[in-house]
Amino acid sequence: MASADPVDATNPDAVKRTDLAQVPPARRPARREKSVVERAVSEALASGLLTFFVLLPLVGFHATESGTGSLVLDYRFGLVAVFALMVTAGRLVLNLTVWRGDGPRRSAARVPPKSVAEAEAVASPWPRLGAVASALVKPVFFGLAIAYPLIAVTLVGGLGPSRYWIDIGIYILTYVMLGWGLNIVVGLAGLLDLGYVAFYAVGAYTFALLSTSVPINDFLAGHLGEGFWTAWSFWVCLPVSGILAAFWGVILGFPVLRLRGDYLAIVTLAFGEIIRLVLINWVSLTNGGAGIASIPAISFFGIPFSSGEGGFAHMFGLPFDSMHRMIFLYFVILGLAALTALVTVRLRKMPVGRAWEALREDEIACRSLGINTTLTKLTAFAIGAMFGGFAGAFFAVRIRFVSPESFTFMESAVILAIVVLGGMGSQMGVAAAAILLIGGMEMLRNLSFLKNEWLFGPNFDPTLYRMLIFGFAMVAVMVWRPRGLVANRMPTIFLKQRKSVSGSLVKEGHG
Amino acid sequence: MEVFVQQLINGLTLGSIYGLIAIGYTMVFGIIGMVNFSHGDVFMVSAFTGLICILMLTTVLGMSSIFLILVITLVVAMIFTGLVSWTIERVAYRPLRGSFRLAPMISAIGMSIFLSNFVQVTQGPRNKPIPPMVTDVFVIMERDGYQVTLAYKQVIIMAVTAGLLLVFWWLVQKTPLGRAQRACEQDRKMAALLGVNVDRTISLTFVIGAALAAVAGVMFLMYYGVVNFADGFVPGVKAFTAAVLGGIGSLPGAVLGGLLIGLIETFWSAYFSIEYKDVAAFSILVVVLIFMPQGLLGRPEVEKV
Repeated sequence: MASADPVDATNPDAVKRTDLAQVPPARRPARREKSVVERAVSEALASGLLTFFVLLPLVGFHATESGTGSLVLDYRFGLVAVFALMVTAGRLVLNLTVWRGDGPRRSAARVPPKSVAEAEAVASPWPRLGAVASALVKPVFFGLAIAYPLIAVTLVGGLGPSRYWIDIGIYILTYVMLGWGLNIVVGLAGLLDLGYVAFYAVGAYTFALLSTSVPINDFLAGHLGEGFWTAWSFWVCLPVSGILAAFWGVILGFPVLRLRGDYLAIVTLAFGEIIRLVLINWVSLTNGGAGIASIPAISFFGIPFSSGEGGFAHMFGLPFDSMHRMIFLYFVILGLAALTALVTVRLRKMPVGRAWEALREDEIACRSLGINTTLTKLTAFAIGAMFGGFAGAFFAVRIRFVSPESFTFMESAVILAIVVLGGMGSQMGVAAAAILLIGGMEMLRNLSFLKNEWLFGPNFDPTLYRMLIFGFAMVAVMVWRPRGLVANRMPTIFLKQRKSVSGSLVKEGHG
Repeated sequence: MEVFVQQLINGLTLGSIYGLIAIGYTMVFGIIGMVNFSHGDVFMVSAFTGLICILMLTTVLGMSSIFLILVITLVVAMIFTGLVSWTIERVAYRPLRGSFRLAPMISAIGMSIFLSNFVQVTQGPRNKPIPPMVTDVFVIMERDGYQVTLAYKQVIIMAVTAGLLLVFWWLVQKTPLGRAQRACEQDRKMAALLGVNVDRTISLTFVIGAALAAVAGVMFLMYYGVVNFADGFVPGVKAFTAAVLGGIGSLPGAVLGGLLIGLIETFWSAYFSIEYKDVAAFSILVVVLIFMPQGLLGRPEVEKV
C-alpha cells in the first residue's frame, strides 16, 4: 500500500509536499513566519477544545454510589479544564518547535525510501560502528543476563532483600521467552497469532494437572520411591508440556491454515478464548475458576530446596535460604529463553527457517517455488507453541498455582505487543521490548512518591494507572516507530553483498 | 413452542445490538482493511456516556418523560462517542495509514486497553446500575402458566435498530458521503485522484460506526440496566463474529450476522448450556472462517499478485 511513486494519492499531503518543494524559497509568501504562529495557535486551541469535549462526559462527571445504592453524579469540570489546558499548551509548544511548519500528519506520511541502497543509507549512517555495536550487543546482553542475580544481590546487599529484583528478572525473562516463541510464528513465518496464550495455558495446565495427579504419584511412589514425583515432576513434565502444546499448535493450526492475515488473527483469538472458557467451565478436570493450587515446587534436579537434611543447602554446605530456589528459577528460565533463541537462530539457517521467511514475504511466490506451505506453516505453529508450552510449565512451577485468570486475551496482546514493538523477527528487539514493557509496567507499581500530598494526595493509587499507561504506550510507540524498536534486519541469505534492509521495504504479517 | 418464541424474541433483541456494533467493524474493515479492535470499547464508552446522560437528566434536571430521556440520551451519546472515535482515528490510526498491516492493529489493541482502563480509572471498577426505565411487557402467548412476553424495551430496541438501519442505508446509497465512502472502499487512490477527500471520508466512517455503536450502547444499558468498564470486550468480539459471519465489508451482512449470532447465543443458552454460550459464539466464528471465509453475503476475496 505504501508505494514509492511520487504522487502517492493515498496521502494527499504527499502530493502537496512535492508541490511545495518545487516553489523556490523566495517566492513563498513573506508572512509565512507569522502564519506558522497563527496556525500553531489555532490548532492548539482546536485540540484543547476537542480534548475538553472528549473528556467531558467521563472525566467531567463521575457516577458514584450513594448511600441508598442508586447512582449520583459528582462533578470534576476543573480536571477537564486542566487536561484541556495541558493539551493546548503541549500542542502549542510542539507546533512551534518540533512540528514547526510541518504538521504531524506530514511527518508521519513519510514516503518510504526508493531502493535498498537508499534504505541502507537511511538505516545506518555509520555502518562500521553499527556493525561493531550489533556484534557486541548479544554477548553483552547475555553476559548481563547471567550476571544479573549476582549484580542484584551485590547492589541490594544480601540474598533476602534482592528477592524483589530477582522476581522481576524472572518475570521479564518469562516474557522474553514468550516473545521469542511468538516471534517464530509472527516474526519469522508472518502468521498473526492472537491466541498464543492458549499454548501457554496448555503448558501450564499440563504441568499442573500431571504434577498434582494422585494416581501418577501413587504409581511412581510404588516403583521409584516415595517423593519421587514431587521432586522430579517439573523435569519430567517440562518436555511433556512442550510436546502437548506443540500438538495443540498443530490441531489449532491445521484448520486455519487457509486463512490469511486478519482472519487468522481473529480465529486464533477465538481459539484462545475458547480454551480459556473451557478451562473455566470444565470444573471436574481443571477445578474451574478456583484454579489448581499446591503444585510441587521446583527441585535442583531431584534435590528439593528445603531446609532439612537432603535439601539443596545441606547438600552443598550452604546456609539455608529460600532465595536459592528463586535464583535457580531465574537460571532455569534464562536457560529456557536461551534455548528458544538458539533454536530460532539455528532454524533460520535451515531450509525450514528460510521457508518461513520466504512465506512471510510472499506466499504465492513460495508456493510457485514448490515449498509446501501447509507443512511450513504447521511447523512454525508447532515450534512456536512448544516454546509457549515450556514457558507455561515454568510459569506453573514458579507461581505454584494456575487459574484461567492468568490466560486472558490481555496476555496474548501483551506478548504480541512485545514482538511487534521489538521489530518483528528481531531477537534483540523483542528482548528490549520485553524489558521495556514488562519492566516499565513493574516500575509503575512503585510510584508511591506520587502519593505525596503536593502531587496527587494519599488517595491516589498509581497501580490503577498501570494498564492505562501501558495501552497509551502501545499506541505511542506504534505511532512513533511503526516498525518497532529494531526496524532493520540482516537477511539470512544474500547474493554477493550483505545489506541491511529497512523495515519499510518488507511486507510481513501477510499471513 | 412457547420457550422457542420467547427465545426468538430475546435473540432478536440481542442480535439487534450486535448488528449495530457489527456495522462499525464492517465499514471500517471495508474502507481501510483494518480490524478496529477498539470498537468494542468505544461501545462500552458510549454506554457510560449514556449512563451519565441519563443520570444528569433524571437526578439533576428531574426529567420524567421516558421518551424524551431516551431521545436526548441517544443524541448525546452519539455525538460524544462520534467525537471520541474521531479523535482515536486521528491520533492512533491515521499516522499509521500506509504502514504495514500489523501496525494499526497493534495500535488498536493498545487503544482498546487504554479505553477500558480509562473508564475504570475515571468511573471506578464497580458495576453501574440504573433504575429500570421501561418495565411494561406485552403478553403475547400463554399456555399452562408459561407466558411469552414481549417487553416494551425489546420493541424499542428492535424499532430503533430498524429505523436507524433505514437511515443508514439511505446515507450509504443516496448521499454524496455514501458515494465517496463506496468509492474509497473500491480504490482509495483512484477516489483521491477524482477529488474525493479520502481522509475526511475515513474519519466520517469512523464517526458513523461509533454513532451506531453508541445507539447499541444506550440500548444495552437500557436492556440490562447495568454497565461495567470490562463490558466492551465480549460484545466487541461477538459483533466482530457477526460481521465476519455476514461477510465482512457487507452492510446487510453485518446486520444479518448480528441477528444470527444473537439467536444462536440465546438458543444455545436455552437448550444446551449457558456456561458454554460464548464458546458456541466463538466456535461459530472459527467454523465460518474456515469453511466460508467470505461469509454469508460477502464477496469472495480475490488473491492478487
